[in-house]
Amino acid sequence: MFSNILSSETLNETWQIIETQFPIATWETIYVTILATIFAIVIGLPLGVLLVVGEKDGVLPLPSWLLQTLNVIINLLRSIPFLILMILVFPLTRAIIGTVVGTAASIVPLVIAAFPFIARLAESSLREINPNIIEMAQSMGASPIQIIVKVMIPESIPSLISNATIAITTILGYSAMSGIIGGGGLGKIAINYGYYRYKYLVMLAAVVLLILLVQIFQSIGTHLATRSDKRLKKKS
Amino acid sequence: MIEIKNVSKTFRAADGSVEALKNVSITIPDGDIFGIIGMSGAGKSTLVRCINMLERPSSGSVEIDGCDIGKLSDAKLREVRRDITMIFQGFNLLMQRNCLKNVCFPLELAGKSKAEAKKRALELLEVVGLSDKAKAYPAQLSGGQQQRVAIARALATNPKVLLCDEATSALDPTTTNSILELIRGINEKLGITVVIITHQMSVVESVCKHVAILDHGEVVEQGEVAEVFSNPKSLAARRLVFPERDSDWLNAKEVTVHV
Repeated sequence: MFSNILSSETLNETWQIIETQFPIATWETIYVTILATIFAIVIGLPLGVLLVVGEKDGVLPLPSWLLQTLNVIINLLRSIPFLILMILVFPLTRAIIGTVVGTAASIVPLVIAAFPFIARLAESSLREINPNIIEMAQSMGASPIQIIVKVMIPESIPSLISNATIAITTILGYSAMSGIIGGGGLGKIAINYGYYRYKYLVMLAAVVLLILLVQIFQSIGTHLATRSDKRLKKKS
Repeated sequence: MIEIKNVSKTFRAADGSVEALKNVSITIPDGDIFGIIGMSGAGKSTLVRCINMLERPSSGSVEIDGCDIGKLSDAKLREVRRDITMIFQGFNLLMQRNCLKNVCFPLELAGKSKAEAKKRALELLEVVGLSDKAKAYPAQLSGGQQQRVAIARALATNPKVLLCDEATSALDPTTTNSILELIRGINEKLGITVVIITHQMSVVESVCKHVAILDHGEVVEQGEVAEVFSNPKSLAARRLVFPERDSDWLNAKEVTVHV
C-alpha cells in the first residue's frame, strides 16, 4: 500500500484532486470558520460579560440562580464531545437550515459548540481588568452599562482579540471534524479521500492546508492584538 | 461643607468582622484643604470612600451641603459623584485611551457632546501643563504626568470636592511637591474643597489647613495643622509627628514640645 504511494500515477491523480477540489474546499472551510466564529462571538461575548458583571460584588449583580443556571448550561455544552453534539443538534439544524448535511448546516453545531467556549474566554479576558479602574469609573458616576461599554470591553480589547484568535483556530479544527457527518471543506476531503479511499497523499495535502490556515489566522490575530494594545506604545 | 456624622463601617469576613471605622465625625468646611492622616490599616481609604459612597457606612451619615448622600437613589448618587471626584494612588487611567480621551471620559459619562468634551479636555490639559501630551497614551508618561492627567480628568466635571486617596504615595519627593503645588493652585483658583488622604506627614504639613488623625478606625485628634502638629496629644499623633522618638517617651503622659 505504501510502496505505490509516491508512484507517478498516484501523484498525478492526487494533483488532479487538489486542482479540482481544493480551492472550493478551502474557501468553504474559511467561510464556515469565520461565520461560525462571528455568530459564536455575538452569543458568547454578552454571556461572558454577564458572568463577570453578574457576580455578587460585580458591577451589575444578577440573581444567583440565574448566574448559576448560566454556568451550568455553559459547562454542560462544553463537556459534550463535538462529534456527539453535532448529532444531538440535528433537529435544531434542520429547523434553522432545512437540512442537516452540507456546509451551511455545519455552522449550527459549530456555533453551539463554540459560544460557551467563547463565553469562558471573554470571561477570563474581562477578569484581567484592574478592579481599581472600575472603582475609578464608579467614582466618576458611571452607570453599570457605561462601565461595561466604555471601560471593561475597551480596556480588554487586546486580550479579547488574543482569545478570539484561540477561538477561531479551535473552530477551524471543529469545522474539519464536521466533514465526518456531511459538513463541507478540507475536513470532508481529508476524510473522504484519506479515510474511505486510502488516498493518503490527498489527506496529507488537506492537513497541510489546515495547518497553513491555522498559522495564518494565528499570525493575523497576534498582530492585531499587539497593534491594538496601547500599553505597548514606546515612550517618546 | 462635608459633614461626616458618627460613621462606622464594619466589614464582615469569613473569620469574623473587622471594624474599619468607629463612630467617626468630621466636618470639612468649603474651600478647605483637609488632611486625613494615619498609619496603613487605620481606615483612611474606607473613610474617603464613604464620602462618595463607594463604601456604604454601616451606620452614621455623610452630608454634603446638607444633603444626606447615603439616602439618594443610584441615579441621583451618580449625579452627585460628578461633584465629588477622586484621584488615586495608582492613577487609574484608562490604558487603552490617550490622555485627551481619558480627560473626556467623565464628560462622556455625563452625556456631553464629543466636541464639547474635547474642548474642555484640552483646556484642562493646559491647566495641568500637559497640552503637548494630548495624543500620548498613559504608558508613555511618567508617574507624575499620569497623575496630572488624572487630576485634569477629576476636574472635568467642575466638581465641588476633590478627594485624593494617597495621590502622591507612588511618586518621588520632587514630583510629590509639584503635584501638591498643582492641588494647592486648584484649591485657590477654583475654590474646590480638597480632602487629602495620606500617611505622609510632609504632605499634610505642606498643603493642608486642617487635619484629622485616624488611628484604628477612630479620629484621635483633629484641628488646625499647626496646632495639632505642634502639640500632639494622642499617642498616635505623637507617633506620626515624632516617628524617631522611642516608645517610652511617646507613652509619657505629660509632654512639653518646643518647636
